[in-house]
Amino acid sequence: MDCQECKQNPATVHFTQVINGEKTEVRVCQQCAKEKGYVPQDDDVYSLHHLLSGLFNPKTAVHHPSPQTEEDLKCHHCGMTYQQFTKIGKFGCASCYETFSDHLNPLFRKVHSGNTVHEGRAPKRRGSDVYSRKKLRDLKVKLQEAIADEAFEHAAEIRDEIKLVEQELHHDEERDDT
Amino acid sequence: MSSEQFMNEAISPWLKENGPDSDIVMSTRIRLARNFEQSPFPLIADEETLEGVLYFMEKEFSHRSYLQYKDLEFVRMSELNSLEKQVLVEKHLISPHLADKSRYGAALISQNEQVSIMVNEEDHIRAQLYFPGFQLEEALDQAFQIDDWLEEKINYAFNEDRGYLTCCPTNVGTGLRASVMMHLPALALTRKINRMIPAINQLGLVVRGIYGEGSEALGNIFQISNQVTLGRAEEDIIEDLKGVVEKLIEHERYARRLIMEQSGIELEDRVFRSYGILQHSRIIESKETAKCLSDVQLGIDLGFITNISKSILNELVVLTQPAFLQQYAKKTLTPNERDIFRASLIRERFSLEEKEED
Repeated sequence: MDCQECKQNPATVHFTQVINGEKTEVRVCQQCAKEKGYVPQDDDVYSLHHLLSGLFNPKTAVHHPSPQTEEDLKCHHCGMTYQQFTKIGKFGCASCYETFSDHLNPLFRKVHSGNTVHEGRAPKRRGSDVYSRKKLRDLKVKLQEAIADEAFEHAAEIRDEIKLVEQELHHDEERDDT
Repeated sequence: MSSEQFMNEAISPWLKENGPDSDIVMSTRIRLARNFEQSPFPLIADEETLEGVLYFMEKEFSHRSYLQYKDLEFVRMSELNSLEKQVLVEKHLISPHLADKSRYGAALISQNEQVSIMVNEEDHIRAQLYFPGFQLEEALDQAFQIDDWLEEKINYAFNEDRGYLTCCPTNVGTGLRASVMMHLPALALTRKINRMIPAINQLGLVVRGIYGEGSEALGNIFQISNQVTLGRAEEDIIEDLKGVVEKLIEHERYARRLIMEQSGIELEDRVFRSYGILQHSRIIESKETAKCLSDVQLGIDLGFITNISKSILNELVVLTQPAFLQQYAKKTLTPNERDIFRASLIRERFSLEEKEED
């Protein structure tokens, strides 16, 4: 049977409509059913946002820290509220990361295979010491590894490098003070 | 208008070179998401902010050159019609999001089309870099250099714990999306790819079709990319992806060998039937085109067909997309007219190859 709306495609959606007590049979194709609003438009239902925002629905969270504070959370820089954030699943500005900081770890864990802290590159210019501090942290990890492997010569090299970076950092601080 | 140069040729200059493993890996892409520290993200920023970002990027980077990426052309989305934007999408020079959804969007595109820095996409800056074939490390190294170059002028939004801050939580940390475009006809033919995709997903990598999220794997072209951006250093992300792609290459080569041994004549038949369709059809849909092109490319890679240039798949996949066809025809075409025009364009392209052979 053909669709009663477009009369082209086969009718695959069949149902009975009751308006003011009057029953009518509706037989339409998928396309027309969507256009007429008989079935939901499926466009964005499974978009990444929806899935994401579903991840931090406070109602489904096992423990919810006083909902009052969450609702009050609002980014001072861009004005985005925590509620808006959970709805659209996107940040409004860099400051949102600070503002919502206490609530982000569960989300990040889900999206990034359990990770919550950055590894990798850092800006050179601005970070002045962000970059050096990062380097320092990495070097210290390497030092521990070298010691664990009993590669003492290598460890000594790393220790010297650490000293250099520390001096640089210290130097920067002094310069900032003056 | 100066962005015209990007519209005329289907194949980007850098794609004409054959990269490593180019019989299977078509291209490698690195994308870095970055934002200005002080400005709200494009999602909620007001017009003034977005215009400010545009103005700044144009002033600082338009017509500048860096490394081999010469003379960046600043292309404003507002100056393009929807067909022109679609052409840039089909060439992967901009994202569908920049074309359709961004306000005050623009892209800085290098002359060789290898670098495209999108402005006011979901993030203020999305820098992407392409390499032919399989060259993840090289691409990452160059992307880092471009990142440093941009950073000389821009204060990036960054935080020590969370890394580079992005609009979407799925990009935070490194802001890195590395992807490799692969032609996997033998794995698709033997349906092995269906069993491999879930395993690849478990490693934190995603498999998609040629035009990104939600798109179908037209012409047996698959895009493999990282999902995780937080808590893994860039080099480690690349290393994981590289490992999986190497395995896929190995499996694809093995599957090709197996098919050749077990049903060589059937495969040869399939290749030449598709070749025949492309050479002679008068009406052809994009799906059939993609299927036939995949067969012919496989035929070239296996040595059945010798008189056609190796980059035919790369070129015709873009050339036969709806927007590019219409750009080429210089008018809008109905779907049926498109199928006819597509067929004649392909015939023309193949007869050109054969003439060169003579």
